[in-house]
Amino acid sequence: MLKKITYLYIECFRNISKTGRQLLVILFPNFFVFFIILKLIFLPNILKTNYNTDKDIADHVIEQLATKIK
Amino acid sequence: MDELISLVNWSRGQFALTAMYHWIFVPITLGLTIMIAIMHTHYYKTDNDEWKKMTKFWMKLLIINFILGVATGIILVFEFGTNWSNYSWFVGDIFGAPLAIEGILAFFMEATFIAVMIFGWDRVSKKLHLISTWLVAIGSNLSALWILIANAWMQHPIGTVFNPATARNEMINFWDIALSPVAINKFLHTTTSSYVVASLFVISVSSWYLLKKRHIFIAKKSMLIAAIFGFISSIMTIFTGDSSVYQVAQKQPMKLAAMEGLYEGKTSAGLVTIGILNPKKDINNDEKPYYFKIEIPYLLSLLSYRDADAYVPGINDLIYGNEEQQILSAEEKIARGNIAIETLKQYQNAKKQNDTNALANLGKKFDPNTKVGDYFLNNYFRYFGYGYLSSPHELIPNIALTFYSFHIMVSLGFLFILLFLLVFIYVWKDTIENKNILLYISLWSVLFGFIASQSGWIVSEVGRQPWIIQDLMPTVAGVTQLSVSNVQITFILFAIIFTTLLIAELSIMFNQIRKGP
Repeated sequence: MLKKITYLYIECFRNISKTGRQLLVILFPNFFVFFIILKLIFLPNILKTNYNTDKDIADHVIEQLATKIK
Repeated sequence: MDELISLVNWSRGQFALTAMYHWIFVPITLGLTIMIAIMHTHYYKTDNDEWKKMTKFWMKLLIINFILGVATGIILVFEFGTNWSNYSWFVGDIFGAPLAIEGILAFFMEATFIAVMIFGWDRVSKKLHLISTWLVAIGSNLSALWILIANAWMQHPIGTVFNPATARNEMINFWDIALSPVAINKFLHTTTSSYVVASLFVISVSSWYLLKKRHIFIAKKSMLIAAIFGFISSIMTIFTGDSSVYQVAQKQPMKLAAMEGLYEGKTSAGLVTIGILNPKKDINNDEKPYYFKIEIPYLLSLLSYRDADAYVPGINDLIYGNEEQQILSAEEKIARGNIAIETLKQYQNAKKQNDTNALANLGKKFDPNTKVGDYFLNNYFRYFGYGYLSSPHELIPNIALTFYSFHIMVSLGFLFILLFLLVFIYVWKDTIENKNILLYISLWSVLFGFIASQSGWIVSEVGRQPWIIQDLMPTVAGVTQLSVSNVQITFILFAIIFTTLLIAELSIMFNQIRKGP
């Protein structure tokens, strides 16, 4: 059944309608802006970027939580 | 501190912007999938081509809406990690588990069968095709279930224990989280109210056809299904809304007080049906809270505590405390929160110094299975988040926004029932195409549906400020320490991109509607 569904997807993407193409044209540049430009430059995932292990992340977050933000 | 507040506000604004755009697409998907499944079932039973055309037409509109809903939803999930990293780490498993189930089970089920549903005409058997359509409806609603469970945990955190070594809340009972009364109510209220919005969408498009004297059969049948579905959903929304108010009264009394603009707590409290707040009113002055109000006596007490004479605490009770009603003052909660934070700090220091004795002793305080832990967790750690607040004033959400959003949502909700009833009666009598005023009202009704739906989320989320997790973490402690300018830039870029997406969606959708079934 999974195979049939996969073929269905392939066949339908080959014969995609005009509306479908329009949607893809709108979506892909947006995803590029979101995930490549914005995420890498302006909004990096600080915990994953700056710390290597879960222990390092935990220590950092505890440090932040234990230092009261006032 | 000013910079931190600015960062929190911009980060909140960015999340709210993404969520509000996302929520334009989601309610239609949730309800339209069910109505399409009903139409498809009718086609399966009758083999009537008009029903096939109708089903295919609404499927086209659904897919446009669905794709943009997914696009905005993915970004929303990413924002947890980028803008709210302390929070994301702190909730860890609790948020991770329902979202993972959502991703693996519901979304894949939905995504797999949506292809069969859209492209399956004459390619798969009629029966499998119909089953796929129903599975899309079930899958999309299941997606909502898991996300709303995660949101409900933020409103009422239960079924977890905090691990001071990892700074994460760990799940101790999945079913406590999944079946919490707040989660069940949130799911039922959100989905039923979304069905109302989707019904208004179908009625709106169908009204346009009737006004243009086009596709009369399909428009009338669509309207009939939407009117019945919308009416039943509206009635269910009233019941689930009532249970939601009850849950809010128990778990988030400040939100309830803000929803009603209730400064002084009272017994036998009435429910304000219509009112204009006095913007000068504050907890520190004697100004009247309202310029004008119409109140139903006893109803607020009855709805909140199932007792017409019950005491409903006001904002002043929750800030200054009320000994008679056993309500702690905000000052006391802040003091207890400070002790909880100090204990975490001591634990961290002991860890750094590798002081095993101190670690063992402090660790017991976070263990619910020890006597000392039970006491500490119930009397101090439950107020952990209060320790981050500078003053009790920070505990008061935006009263005007919460109050007006609540009243707009409820008033519109009742008006929609009347609309569904009228549409049903005139479609049933087969005179709907002569009722131009009703058709024009129906045409614009979907806009009011969106206003009501967005207002509901404003009540839910603005009304619980300053909390990102009720009582445990305020937004100020959950935010990622990014530069304010970065968040400002991304806020503006997100606003431009989302608006472009919305304009594109509307233009494609209007084009499809103009083309017709």
